[in-house]
Amino acid sequence: MGLYKYRIYIPIKIRSLRYTIQHQQNIIHTFQFQSSLSSLFTILFFPPIITMCTLEKRGDLFLLTLTGDGEHRFHPDTIATILSLLAQAKSQSKRGSVLITTAHGKFFSNGFDLAWAQTAGSKTGAANRLHQMVESFKPVVSALLDLPMPTIAALNGHAAAAGLILALSHDYVFMRKDRGVLYMSEVDIGLSMPEYFSALVRAKVGTSAARRELLLSGKKIRGEEAVGLGIVDTAAYDSAEGVVEASVRLGEKLAAKKWSGEVYASIRKSLYPELCGILGIEARVFAIPKL
Amino acid sequence: MCSLEKRGRLFILKLTGDGEHRLNPTLLDSLRSNINKIRSDKSSSESVLITTSDGKFFSNGYDLALAKSNPSLSVPMDSKLRSLVADLISLPMPTIAAVTGHASAAGFILAMSHDYVLMRRDRGFLYMSELDIDLEVPAWFMAVIRLKIGSPAARRDVMLTAAKVTADKGVEMGVVDSAYDSAAETVEAAVRLGEEIVRRGCDGHVYGKMRESLLREVLVHTIGLDESGSSRVRNTGSKL
Repeated sequence: MGLYKYRIYIPIKIRSLRYTIQHQQNIIHTFQFQSSLSSLFTILFFPPIITMCTLEKRGDLFLLTLTGDGEHRFHPDTIATILSLLAQAKSQSKRGSVLITTAHGKFFSNGFDLAWAQTAGSKTGAANRLHQMVESFKPVVSALLDLPMPTIAALNGHAAAAGLILALSHDYVFMRKDRGVLYMSEVDIGLSMPEYFSALVRAKVGTSAARRELLLSGKKIRGEEAVGLGIVDTAAYDSAEGVVEASVRLGEKLAAKKWSGEVYASIRKSLYPELCGILGIEARVFAIPKL
Repeated sequence: MCSLEKRGRLFILKLTGDGEHRLNPTLLDSLRSNINKIRSDKSSSESVLITTSDGKFFSNGYDLALAKSNPSLSVPMDSKLRSLVADLISLPMPTIAAVTGHASAAGFILAMSHDYVLMRRDRGFLYMSELDIDLEVPAWFMAVIRLKIGSPAARRDVMLTAAKVTADKGVEMGVVDSAYDSAAETVEAAVRLGEEIVRRGCDGHVYGKMRESLLREVLVHTIGLDESGSSRVRNTGSKL
């Protein structure tokens, strides 16, 4: 098989700094590690490149980044890390907090780690692994719906399948004009659509034509068309930096309002009752008014 | 308070005086009693309702100061507005809101509870203010928003940015039907629209039933109509 040269970036929970450790193959550091011991074994001896992500704070803004080049596919460990970082942002949130999610390189995310599913060795094994990823990703969508602060997805590049679902789980989606496509690949690769994926599309994409183009046509939708279909808010930028800058600008505008995160999240959830029902989240809307 | 006038086949309901037309229990009772008069009028099924206001405000929402000084009034205020909105939804005639001033929160909901929303562009805005004042939004408000504003992005802008929506922006967002250069022109346009509807001929009873069925989700939240749509249950307000 041969030895792979690899690096793992591990996000360490230190309150105000982003801190990464470069893990060399023959040195074992003691540190807090997200995965279980068996995954550690797998990583040391069968080292795949697992997408990791980091959480930074810039003033009022939380910046969640899927790091490194590559497709930023969601392996179970990636999903667990994203969940943990979202929980961290939630615990540190205050009035005026805003989350911006972005990624490095050509891809925002190309969806679930189907290669990992395939290494299960059998058809049923692969199906089980895919099912595991689909189920474990649900809490990510819930966490974003529940997050007590405005959320912006700054798409540096392609967003496909679960990667597009991650993007659409944000309040605002910004995209590049020159590069990057949106692509719900399920219809092309014969995968069935999880119920919460469809519910999210129904919640966020308003017209029947747009939903058809997104879910049924297998089209790779570029920025301008995505704006026209109402899938993203804007695609006016000619670079990844442009998208991120614009997201930061919007983030700062929203942060300046100093809204209550709890009220914000409650109103957000009440915009999407069907989706909340499918995810099992209770929108904390109440019958008796607290005027 | 409010006044009711009849002009031919048009009923003109006006929130009178220069104040903010805050929806306190007294004003809500007065509005409901006028709506009942309209409903029981002989010509109601061949008429049109236009709701408008004097002064700078259409309505600035619930009387929050009153609710603060007398918390026991919160529930009645909300339940009276629910009943008023339910009455508007079941009214056997088309309804037009001629928005000639600011409409915020509950006032926005009152405007949106009409079939047509005409608004002046020179002054005033629609504003769901709750996010700005740390107020949670009742589930039945959200039902009106979801049923009356079609675009998910527009709903997000209205609810999650507390946008101050001017008439022209409102037309763009699909929240307002048409915009006019002044308060007087807005009311004139509402009258013209009303007269055109009357000319076309409309069976108000059928119209009212259609509208109820279209806005069933709001009725479920406001008057406890059960999901199947049978109207056996007709409370006058909250499910307390």
